[in-house]
Amino acid sequence: MEPSFLVIQALNGLTSASVLFLASVGLTIIFGVTRIVNFAHGSLHMLGAYVGFTLAEALMATFWAPLGFWAAVALAAVAVGAVGGLIEFLLLRRIYKAPELFQLLLTFGLVLVFQDGVRLIWGPEDILGPRAPGLSSFVEILGYRFPQYDLVLIALGPVTLVLLWLLFRRTRFGVLVRAATEDREMVAALGVDQKRLFTTVFVLGAALAGLSGALQVPRAALNPQMDLDVVVQAFVVTVVGGLGSVTGAFLAAILIGLLNAFGILVFPKITLVLVFLVMAVVLVLRPQGLLGRPEAAGGHGVAVVALMPGGRRVRWGYAALVAVLLALPLVADAYFLKLAIDALVFALFAMSLGFIMGTGGIISFGHAAYFGLGCYGAGLLVHHLELRMELALVAAPIAAALGAALFGALCVRLSGVYRAMLTLAFAQIVYAGAFQWVALTGGDNGLVGLWPAAWASERTAYYYLALALCLAGIALLHRASFAPFGYALRAVRDSVPRAAAIGIDPWRHPWAAFTLAGACAGLAGGVYTFSLGSIDPGVLAIPTSVDALAMTLLGGIQTVLGPVAGAATLTFVQDQVMPLTDYWKLVKGLIIVGLVLVFREGLVGFARDRMEARET
Amino acid sequence: MIRPTCVALAAVLVAAPPALAQEPVRIGELNSYSDLAAFTVPYRQGWRLAVEEINEAGGVLGGRPLEVVSRDDGGTTGDAVRIAEELVSRENVAFLFGTFLSNVGIAVADFAAQREMLFLAAEPLTDALSLEAGNRFTFRMRPSTEMQTAMLVDAAEREGIAAERWAVVAPNYEYGQAAATAFARLADARMADAEIVVEQFPALGRIDAGATIAALDRARPDAIFNALFGGDLAKFVREGSIRGTFEGRRVLSLITGEPEWLYPLGAEVPAGWLVTGYPWAQIEDPDHVAFVEAYRARFDGEAPRLGSLLGYMVGQTIAAMLEEAGSTDTEAMIAALETIEVATPQGPLGFRAIDNQSTMGAWVGRLELGDDGRGRMTDWRYLDGADYLLPEERVRAVRSD
Repeated sequence: MEPSFLVIQALNGLTSASVLFLASVGLTIIFGVTRIVNFAHGSLHMLGAYVGFTLAEALMATFWAPLGFWAAVALAAVAVGAVGGLIEFLLLRRIYKAPELFQLLLTFGLVLVFQDGVRLIWGPEDILGPRAPGLSSFVEILGYRFPQYDLVLIALGPVTLVLLWLLFRRTRFGVLVRAATEDREMVAALGVDQKRLFTTVFVLGAALAGLSGALQVPRAALNPQMDLDVVVQAFVVTVVGGLGSVTGAFLAAILIGLLNAFGILVFPKITLVLVFLVMAVVLVLRPQGLLGRPEAAGGHGVAVVALMPGGRRVRWGYAALVAVLLALPLVADAYFLKLAIDALVFALFAMSLGFIMGTGGIISFGHAAYFGLGCYGAGLLVHHLELRMELALVAAPIAAALGAALFGALCVRLSGVYRAMLTLAFAQIVYAGAFQWVALTGGDNGLVGLWPAAWASERTAYYYLALALCLAGIALLHRASFAPFGYALRAVRDSVPRAAAIGIDPWRHPWAAFTLAGACAGLAGGVYTFSLGSIDPGVLAIPTSVDALAMTLLGGIQTVLGPVAGAATLTFVQDQVMPLTDYWKLVKGLIIVGLVLVFREGLVGFARDRMEARET
Repeated sequence: MIRPTCVALAAVLVAAPPALAQEPVRIGELNSYSDLAAFTVPYRQGWRLAVEEINEAGGVLGGRPLEVVSRDDGGTTGDAVRIAEELVSRENVAFLFGTFLSNVGIAVADFAAQREMLFLAAEPLTDALSLEAGNRFTFRMRPSTEMQTAMLVDAAEREGIAAERWAVVAPNYEYGQAAATAFARLADARMADAEIVVEQFPALGRIDAGATIAALDRARPDAIFNALFGGDLAKFVREGSIRGTFEGRRVLSLITGEPEWLYPLGAEVPAGWLVTGYPWAQIEDPDHVAFVEAYRARFDGEAPRLGSLLGYMVGQTIAAMLEEAGSTDTEAMIAALETIEVATPQGPLGFRAIDNQSTMGAWVGRLELGDDGRGRMTDWRYLDGADYLLPEERVRAVRSD
């Protein structure tokens, strides 16, 4: 490789690195202080880009063009900072007392609102903004042309790093932020106004997201889908760098930017999976990221309440529900049964996630991997080996369990969000495999013709099969939660040293739980495959994992059967809202935000609290 | 502008003259109106216009109005198959049409075969739909990826583009890979001394344009074959023109001339690129002019997109099919589609029986900057899809229907 090309490709990599760093640094600051997993960070970036575009169009025509452009960038950052402040003040502040991670569900609702909101205001077509005035051409470097604007971006990364360093080292606000990142309780005990600190930090983080978005106007096409990619990459950079570490995020961005620039020369398809490979390797070697500190013990992000098996009334409730489900085909039409099968599948899928999250304290952002391994386990066997449906349904949970056992062995040793992100990395690697290995999996077109065996091809017959399998899975997970195994899990979740002291192996139990949850998710995937008749990599993709999380959190993480209620609710909402309008995501997002604000313990948690309040 | 589907349906019904008091023919439609609105909304306006015209002219099957039950397919196979089920079992539609994404189209096609329902796949481009993933219940409208690639290579030959060193850049998913594979095969067979010296497959929607451009430049190609579109294309074009990548190099570019992808580029049109597309403003055929006028009159003077034309042609095809079939019996409709010749703004359109692929073609020409400050095609010509159908032996090798 000739040296001049090396230099130019390194500069290309550094440009991407700066862009990545700017898009991520706000997220890491917000997380460090508030512990909020802000899923809407990409939406704020997108909003910054659109607002920056509109302002730039207006101001560049009114003033001297370069002044107008940079004023637009600055104003976009201010505007998005204000939006971030409003989100914190009006919405997030109301649910800080709710279990941690519940805020994630609210920000997920906001993602949907922003996606459709942007489309409503700016339209669905790609928008190509103006080039940066005065920086629209190139400079010649070693015989290659290099965009002037990219040189500015390369410089803006380190400049932002230095400015933030000064802010955090030289101001009282910065001292408080660092103190809160290290120990929130201590800062609160010292009499610092937490609320104000949180709002300010959120405004700062959102403004940085808006800034990064506005800076993209001269080099990217704006569209309402740009948010998801940004937020995922920002999470990766944040975690690889170490949560809350600004310098770490900078190093991580440079690592990823350069690896991508040179990686595509050897593997032209590497972009699909590169960031997740980097994250998996870094987290396996260094569980707290490059510059992060290990999270405090017990920092699993799940507040603890003692779970008790339901009393007689609850058991009667279960029996009545099962009776209704058994009688359903008598009254429901074919479509309603299809909907019910979907709801059952997602109930088991969400329940398996709820089991490891609630009982095991293991957050997974990549639970789709095991659902999808179940789908592909069943689908590939039917497609390539012409296996019978019955055997494929047995193979589905086994395939998923094998995957979960493998990845789980690496995941259980990590903690908190790092562990959650490692599960995401594994899910994305499996996704890339299904996407890229076309000869085996059919690539992104997927596999078709995966219909039930003749005896189960009638909708009612398949409904009863799905009901039997999903209820069996749900019952198994419910039983496991209250078996000695479940109590041992909870002991490990709440205190590793104490659990170890009474002879509970602190790794083997979570590992077994992760594998069990994987198997159940795989069973759900197997049932889903024959209901759908086809599979494609979508079953392994991030939105599937997010759906499972949303169902679990909405139902209530401090409950055993909450995820089942959450799955039923979201399936029903989706079915009702989609035919109403093209902007159904906006409606769905608002419904989720509304549910989060009303039911702060999740649906089932809310119901339980009410029942307990009446009894006492 | 929230437009509930039910309101739209009501509008369609109201538009039907009261003389059509007979029971309507209900047909089901699904597409990605939320996720891919840039392409699908013009498409929906196209079929709406056609349906309104058909109903005003007296409907179908002896005076029955057409009633389209339209749904968002959610952009995923899971949602799409569920919604197809709803349309079939709850809305009692006679057949299905629509879909954009290839994986969604393939999943709905398989559902249609399972339920023995007719499915007219409007927009998916994947060759698989006419080959191994096809079935006798599924008909496809648009020329497939490989057909369009072949049209482009033909046009390149006619222009005398005889480059030796080719660079290929395409999005990393089935469409991009199929285009790259088809191009490699055609280049090998038809262009003497042609060699592909570099390939880049950025992830869809995630191109790192600077690094990708540099990787292409480094291989010093004489010409470039591109299949990027949308946001990736915009970044690629801007970055490439700043860096001089396109200077002195011929570029073949798939679907870039479609207004959907061309207009967002604004004035930054990569002039001289040889593209497939839709030069709607310059087509002088009277049927086409009438379509453009009717479309713009109906939709606030909006410029038609390729999706608009496609949707309109789908509507016309449906009417012609029902006329020929004489009923909504699935077998009769399949037989009708295999025999009809539909008069469309693009000319006569039919379907080949062995793979149910329509003869819809595409326009191929060079890009230039138009007077209105955005791109348009020049020196274009229309290539009939009938001349570019996939070889029969390849179809027969993988299809049994």
